[in-house]
Amino acid sequence: MTQPVVRESGGLGIPAGERASRFQRFMWRRSTLAVVLVLPLVIIITGLVVYPFFYSLYLSTLNRRETQFVGLGNFRFLFNRDTFWMVVRQSVLFALTAVAFKAMIGFVLAHVINVLPDKRQRLWRGMMLVPWVMPPALSTLGWWWLFDPTYSAFNWILGTLFGAHVAWLSDPGWARFSVILVNVWYGAPFFLIMYLAALKSVPPDLYEAADIDGASAVQKLRHVTLPMMRNIISITVLFSTIVTFANFDIVRVLTQGGPRNTTHLFGTWSFKIGIEGGDVPLGASVSLFMFPILAVLAFFILRNVRKRTAEV
Amino acid sequence: MFSSSMRTNRRWALLLAYACLAVFAVFTLFPPYYMLITSLKTNEEIAAQAGIPLIIQDGPTLFHYIDLLTNTYFLVYFKNTIIVTVISVGVSMFVSVLAGYSLARMRFWGSTVMATGVFLTYLVPETLLFIPLFKVIGAMHLLNTYWALVVVFPTLAVPFCTWILIGYFSSIPKELDEAALIDGASHLQMLVKIFIPVAMPGIIAATIFAFTVSWANFLYPMAFIYSNDQNVLTAGTVTTLIRGDVFHWGGLMSGALLAAAPPVILYAFLMDYYISGLTTGATKG
Repeated sequence: MTQPVVRESGGLGIPAGERASRFQRFMWRRSTLAVVLVLPLVIIITGLVVYPFFYSLYLSTLNRRETQFVGLGNFRFLFNRDTFWMVVRQSVLFALTAVAFKAMIGFVLAHVINVLPDKRQRLWRGMMLVPWVMPPALSTLGWWWLFDPTYSAFNWILGTLFGAHVAWLSDPGWARFSVILVNVWYGAPFFLIMYLAALKSVPPDLYEAADIDGASAVQKLRHVTLPMMRNIISITVLFSTIVTFANFDIVRVLTQGGPRNTTHLFGTWSFKIGIEGGDVPLGASVSLFMFPILAVLAFFILRNVRKRTAEV
Repeated sequence: MFSSSMRTNRRWALLLAYACLAVFAVFTLFPPYYMLITSLKTNEEIAAQAGIPLIIQDGPTLFHYIDLLTNTYFLVYFKNTIIVTVISVGVSMFVSVLAGYSLARMRFWGSTVMATGVFLTYLVPETLLFIPLFKVIGAMHLLNTYWALVVVFPTLAVPFCTWILIGYFSSIPKELDEAALIDGASHLQMLVKIFIPVAMPGIIAATIFAFTVSWANFLYPMAFIYSNDQNVLTAGTVTTLIRGDVFHWGGLMSGALLAAAPPVILYAFLMDYYISGLTTGATKG
């Protein structure tokens, strides 16, 4: 009640004309200041994201020594190479499989943790998030050691229990399995956290109403939980697909793309060609292939985020 | 009778939950555990094919840690990482707080489009940009110095930090600014005296995010830096502690664990901020 009174008395002291000009001055200062405040952000994003992106389009049209314009020559060259198509297939396989498992594990864990008493939830959630917190390049070193065929744990366990021996990183099939496994280990906690937050945002009276109607656990999951979580699930899945598709750290540390390029993704292969091989234009062309896929995914994420913002 | 069957149901559900969690906890924690025990084993024990590798049998030793800190570039990497991270977190937060405030509160022509643009840049992965950035950094004569990382790391943190700060700032009631304006506060005073204190949880979450991405980034140092005295922990550990000729597992594991420790410790203390930062990115807008 006191605020309007204060506003009134504050306004009364100043003549109307002066008030208007003060207001105009304030508005002018406001919009100038607004632009000044976003300027650093605009400079960083234009200079180090937008410009490099277009520069990369230009680079991809040059020859290896960057002296000559070759048009779509780099792309034509890539289309004719088996390795390129292998990288395409492996990137798709890697991203789809890893995201599917991360999403499933995250979903199960979120439900499992959600039934615990509150205090226990914190503890388990904290423990389950450890893989997400460790820098992936470093935790992958640990996995690399675990996969060591002779001296390490996995083959010791397999050997003792089943007498089996697996060439984890030197057999193409197992190497593909291994990079996906490490990615699932690293990324599942992210899904867990997002789903747990979504589960907590479902109003409890919806479940009570379902109970009164005699709904079974499966029915509650299908008709209450899933519809309420749908938006978060799709945002998380799409976002994780982008990050997984563009992965570098895990493959680089674990297999360096080997054996015989079978585990390369766009990111690691373009690093090998562009930075290690010194063919910057070809490397740029390889990484540009990610763009259309990422653009489509980004479009859907944006739509979902907008929808969610409208709902909240 | 009805309530007792509910209770047994609930007990079964809990039991099942714990069984499931135990399995996943082994999956989650086994790699760090194995890294830890390897780093504490003697070289002889690591190389021995007899015995159980899952436990330390010959007694723990700090040999690998002492060796790491005295005979390798590890401390140089550590120092470089701290310099790079502190500066890029500072720059990122400065830029994001100003931009977040402007985009959340001072509507101007194009501000909504710009907010969407910020979100879209967050979705651009570093693997798409590192090759042109390699040329840009080269043109700036920063290749093979850690200043290259100071320049590029804010691009990883700023979009997300700005995005979540827009969310936090927008949730502050408009009455607060009006009250401050009546008291004759300028916009900058309002930002410092009202917005930053009220949005502190968001700012902490954003800072943690900026710290984590700068500390953990691996691609940019791999692409831009090749001298030991300029390298940072992630790329330095991976490229120099792996030696082909000698048994290096103990040293490598001790290096990886020590390098991963700061983010993990930070997380242990600030878990709630960490999680709210992760989830608000998608839930607030």
